[in-house]
Amino acid sequence: MSSDLRDLYQETILDHGKRPRNFCELAAANRKAEGYNPLCGDRETVFLELEGDLVRDISFQGAGCAISTASASMMTESLKGKSRPEAEALFQRFHDLITGGSSAPADAPPLGKLEVFSGVREYPVRIKCATLPWHTMRSALNGAGQTVSTESGAEASPKDEPSAGPVPPVAC
Amino acid sequence: MSSAETLAPPAGAAASRRTAAARSPYDVEAVRRDFPILSRRVHGKPLVYLDNAATTQKPVPVLDAERDVYERIYANIHRGVHLLSVESTDAYDAVRGKVRALVNAPDAREIIFLRGTTEAVNLVAQTYGRRNVGPGDEVLITALEHHSNIVPWQMLCEEKGATLRVAPINQKGEVPLDTFRALVTDRTKIAAVAHVSNALGTVNPIREMADITHARGIPLLVDGAQAVPRLPVDVQELGCDFYAFSGHKVYGPSGTGVLWGRAALLEAMPPWQGGGDMISSVTFEKTTWNVLPYKFEAGTPNIAGVIALGAAIDYVTSLGLDRIEAHEDDLLAYATECVQSIPDVRLIGTAAKKAAVLSFTIEGVHPHDIGTVLDREGIAVRTGHHCAQPVMDFFRVPATARASFGLYNTRQEVDVLAGGIRQVIRMFR
Repeated sequence: MSSDLRDLYQETILDHGKRPRNFCELAAANRKAEGYNPLCGDRETVFLELEGDLVRDISFQGAGCAISTASASMMTESLKGKSRPEAEALFQRFHDLITGGSSAPADAPPLGKLEVFSGVREYPVRIKCATLPWHTMRSALNGAGQTVSTESGAEASPKDEPSAGPVPPVAC
Repeated sequence: MSSAETLAPPAGAAASRRTAAARSPYDVEAVRRDFPILSRRVHGKPLVYLDNAATTQKPVPVLDAERDVYERIYANIHRGVHLLSVESTDAYDAVRGKVRALVNAPDAREIIFLRGTTEAVNLVAQTYGRRNVGPGDEVLITALEHHSNIVPWQMLCEEKGATLRVAPINQKGEVPLDTFRALVTDRTKIAAVAHVSNALGTVNPIREMADITHARGIPLLVDGAQAVPRLPVDVQELGCDFYAFSGHKVYGPSGTGVLWGRAALLEAMPPWQGGGDMISSVTFEKTTWNVLPYKFEAGTPNIAGVIALGAAIDYVTSLGLDRIEAHEDDLLAYATECVQSIPDVRLIGTAAKKAAVLSFTIEGVHPHDIGTVLDREGIAVRTGHHCAQPVMDFFRVPATARASFGLYNTRQEVDVLAGGIRQVIRMFR
């Protein structure tokens, strides 16, 4: 593999892409939201167990590319036990990382392992893959519960439609 | 007629369109030199452009033709008495004759210039469709259509309270004729099918489909976007009633396209868009429509684009569509063999009659990741649903990777593709 591809597909990303963590349907979830990228067919559901402002537990299900699957997997690891404002601030920091922006508050939690996504910045068409799980998580967190689409104005697929792809739902 | 043409067997119009050049071996390296973009590098690697079903690159004669229009003769058409307008008008209208010959239409008046295939399908849906489809009626399409041959009919059916019927495909991606036939009923008012599927490569049996719909007096529209660039098309032999294609897929400029329709149908259809050029006289009380083809060409069209489309037609015709077809068939057969031998690769679309499209998935690897890795090797393929989401749903995949060949691709490029696919597998497995 060429070295710049390595920058995108770092070992940690390949690992989480193949063996996603918290990849299941959370029985105790009291919030959930669906994310959909109509351009590539990626579809993810994020499950949240919120206790007041605390993310007690979080999981996801769906079918996507290595970048979006790894992003969702590592997002769930990063957000467990975080407060709602911390989750929001971490999203901003993650977003800054892959878009080169600087909108995150100074006191946002450190990215830690999420730094491995820095290579995505060099692949503009893949940024939406990395951010789809985060946008979906925010929709669940804020209780909007609507299907999030990477294409604003694009018609999101009906909720009752089974997700394309071979992944059957698995309970946590 | 050249001596080479008189030697051709009397096999109808397709044979008479073969040029003398078609008798020499197909020299793909010489062809490649006509396309400046093919010499560029992508991420430090030679460009391997395998996204020809999405759009094709342009040869020098097409680039020269468009530039020449603006440098030498450009003015608005069908309007001025001044020389530039006359020259532009002549050059523009001359392309109708080239398109007529390309698809062997009976009459150049039946050639309507539009923006592309999408606009052509919309035109027929909004004119023939709105006039002839009513509540309880049906429109028949197939399960392998591009969104552009689905959505215009859906919009029409919704407006009219009609029903869209979809002839199913089998596991190979073919439309079985018996199920197609069974869906043609007394309520069917028009049928619309792709000549070649953009997502699967399937070549539909248009002649047989036309016979089926005509047995009930129903017209057949053919989306020829993927067919015109790669096989000889003869609308009279096919027996269809409307045929649409895009200039940009046949090595011409984007924003140009063609609708051919039988004159009797076009005459009976109301105009679509109103404006200049499509009228013969206008008063505030009454406007009378212009004659064919101008009735359907409102406003100033893509003048230079259409003239350059003429150069593109000259280009593919001089190479010979039959030889382009043979060249791409060879590439497709070779690519199918190479890719099929790689474990974990699944071909999507295995019709007995296919053209130039190799859609595939790799077990455990998302097509998006395939596309990114291949891109870094200089290989341009399409990944996604190819504007054919129902096809993806049928094969239960969210997306595929698609390599599609053009007249300038080589077996060596297929080898690069196969190497790239192996690299993808090494990386993600």
